[in-house]
Amino acid sequence: MESTRLILSLLVSNESGVLTRISGLFARRGFNIDSLSVGETENPRVSRITIQAAGDEYVRSQIVHQLEKLHDVKTVELMDASQTVLRELLLVKVHANPETRGQVLDAVTVFRAKVIDLTPATMTMELTGEGTKLDAFITYLEPLGIIEVCRTGVTAIGRGGYVLKAKEEE
Amino acid sequence: MKLSGAQILMEVFREHQVDTVFGYPGGAVLNIYDEIYKSSAWLRHVITCHEQGASHAADGYARATGKTGVVLATSGPGATNLVTGIATAYLDSTPMVAITGNVACSLIGRDSFQEVDIKGITMPITKHNFMVKDVTRLAETLREAFSIAISGRPGPVLVDIPKDVQTATCDYTPMDSVPAPRQKAVDAPSLAKAVQLIREAERPFLYIGGGVQIAGAGQELVRLAETIGAPIGSSMMGLSSVPHSHPLFLGMTGMHGRYAASLALDRSDLIIAVGTRFSDRATGNKLEFAKNHKVLHIDIDPAEISKNIPAYVAVVADVKQALTALLAAGLPHSAPAWLAEVNALIAAPDNHLSMDAGILNPENVLKAVNSRLPADCPVATDVGQHQMWAAQYYHFEKPRTFITSGGLGTMGFGMGAAMGACIGTGLKKTVLVTSDGSFHMNMNELATAVANQLPLIVLVLNNSVLGMVRQWQTIFFDKRYSNTTLNRPTDFCLLAQAFGAKGLRLETLDKMDSVLDKTFSLPGPVVVDVRINRDEMVLPMIPPNGTVKDMILRG
Repeated sequence: MESTRLILSLLVSNESGVLTRISGLFARRGFNIDSLSVGETENPRVSRITIQAAGDEYVRSQIVHQLEKLHDVKTVELMDASQTVLRELLLVKVHANPETRGQVLDAVTVFRAKVIDLTPATMTMELTGEGTKLDAFITYLEPLGIIEVCRTGVTAIGRGGYVLKAKEEE
Repeated sequence: MKLSGAQILMEVFREHQVDTVFGYPGGAVLNIYDEIYKSSAWLRHVITCHEQGASHAADGYARATGKTGVVLATSGPGATNLVTGIATAYLDSTPMVAITGNVACSLIGRDSFQEVDIKGITMPITKHNFMVKDVTRLAETLREAFSIAISGRPGPVLVDIPKDVQTATCDYTPMDSVPAPRQKAVDAPSLAKAVQLIREAERPFLYIGGGVQIAGAGQELVRLAETIGAPIGSSMMGLSSVPHSHPLFLGMTGMHGRYAASLALDRSDLIIAVGTRFSDRATGNKLEFAKNHKVLHIDIDPAEISKNIPAYVAVVADVKQALTALLAAGLPHSAPAWLAEVNALIAAPDNHLSMDAGILNPENVLKAVNSRLPADCPVATDVGQHQMWAAQYYHFEKPRTFITSGGLGTMGFGMGAAMGACIGTGLKKTVLVTSDGSFHMNMNELATAVANQLPLIVLVLNNSVLGMVRQWQTIFFDKRYSNTTLNRPTDFCLLAQAFGAKGLRLETLDKMDSVLDKTFSLPGPVVVDVRINRDEMVLPMIPPNGTVKDMILRG
């Protein structure tokens, strides 16, 4: 069966050890996490986790069902890519002296990135977007000399009226 | 009412009608043990020789009664000694609450004396676990632990309580009654599909697992089998949930399954799998297993559906509720030709393999024990050949009488589990079928059995080898017996006496009846050293990843 990218959105209890439970489950069941981002929600007792992974139909269904068994996991949703806004934040530092700075600034303009730090020898930018856009930006910068790359991993939210809600307690 | 954490633990035990705790004291649970001392009027504490024995005892108690087993241990090594017992309970879905003490909150994370991160260690082998750092949250956490352990697909839950939380006090509000676990209604569309599938089937086969036992659904299962004319085959964990004597019951399927059960399963067009997870030991080659059948899977755990074997239709529900709903749907009986074919399989000589009747062998010993032990008495096992022989030759008639470690296959499970089952059933005569290999692992618990004067018979099928591994070495490793020939001159009779138990030896067939009569006449723990041939095999055998076509019937 064909392996495809999947985006999972989870609402979980904001308790210690939740991330360990989730990452441990992926590890012991042999599923890979490509990226994971986590943060508080409007409810301080609930955190939201976005996981990017890959798998075929079998893996997809097992991941959802096994995650749903975790007591701290309130909701697991396999996001429909066409109905979901995906974003990731990139921070990237490159070599940029007064001669090469122009080339970097061209890319900043085209990709609508933002310069957040500048020294005589380096320039640091931030860029938000889908992963492919971030990849393209990095590819362009590579020949100029990348010093450091930080990516947050994907976070996702449903379009329009679609709201991720905690399932009723059973 | 202000209570200490240790007192709150006792109150929550009382709320949940906990009458027995298996455990072992230590530095980080002294305050709890002080409250246990004061609670002796209603709470029995059984101290074992080792925390592992206590964890298996809580497990055996739960398996024999259906109630949640409770085990208590101190921090550090006390807690880590529970790990095998918790994992055993997890793999076989036993409801268990494990309480561990830990060092005081101020000492956590400093590698303090007898400190381990038992919550981290047991995360993958518990349904859920907690560390309670605030006494005001202790009561609700413990109640949640009991609720999680018994609800849905049961399993073990661990609650780690630091020492200062046991001594801290807070207001405590008693809970009037424990709410019964809520059950979801059976989903009507999936039920309709299941009914349709059964109506279309010409050769239905009921394949049952431990879920039937847990749900207490043996009667419904038998009624369904009779209604639709389907033979029943069982995984090892499903044994004892329906009576062996029922004419539609074919016995165990799988690696060491009975001929007729395996063949009928293979020839069926619909496998109705009830409360089972299709373990590799039960299915053999999964691709071949799934061929030529439709699978209707009924289980309470949605994650089991299509995990190992793809389900054509699934009903996710409590097994008893689902079977009741199916029975109400008015199902047709299978064509007479199917049961005629099944009956021919039952009558086939290959379905009646016997060991050499002229010598003392596991078959005649187990059958002789079977005829002496009342049907409602528990039979526990360890793991290995003796376990399979017990599964094959002992005919279980009553639910929850077969206490065995299926999923984890824990050698050393038996002594603790047998004690727990014995205590849980109100001191019914209990037989542990074990072997010299397994018994050597945790035989220290014989001391616990003696201390509590348990009516326990320990049947050591002694062949001086690790029989199951040796069997694999015989078949798959060209008889290279690496580390399976045990040069141990252990005298089990003397050993039993040293512990304060009775010891008997059974060496020849002609003495079998007299030795077993004597054994059953003794009240307290008795060890019977049964000398059997080291080359006895467990047959039939379907090699790992094999199919019925690969079945080995004779040695």
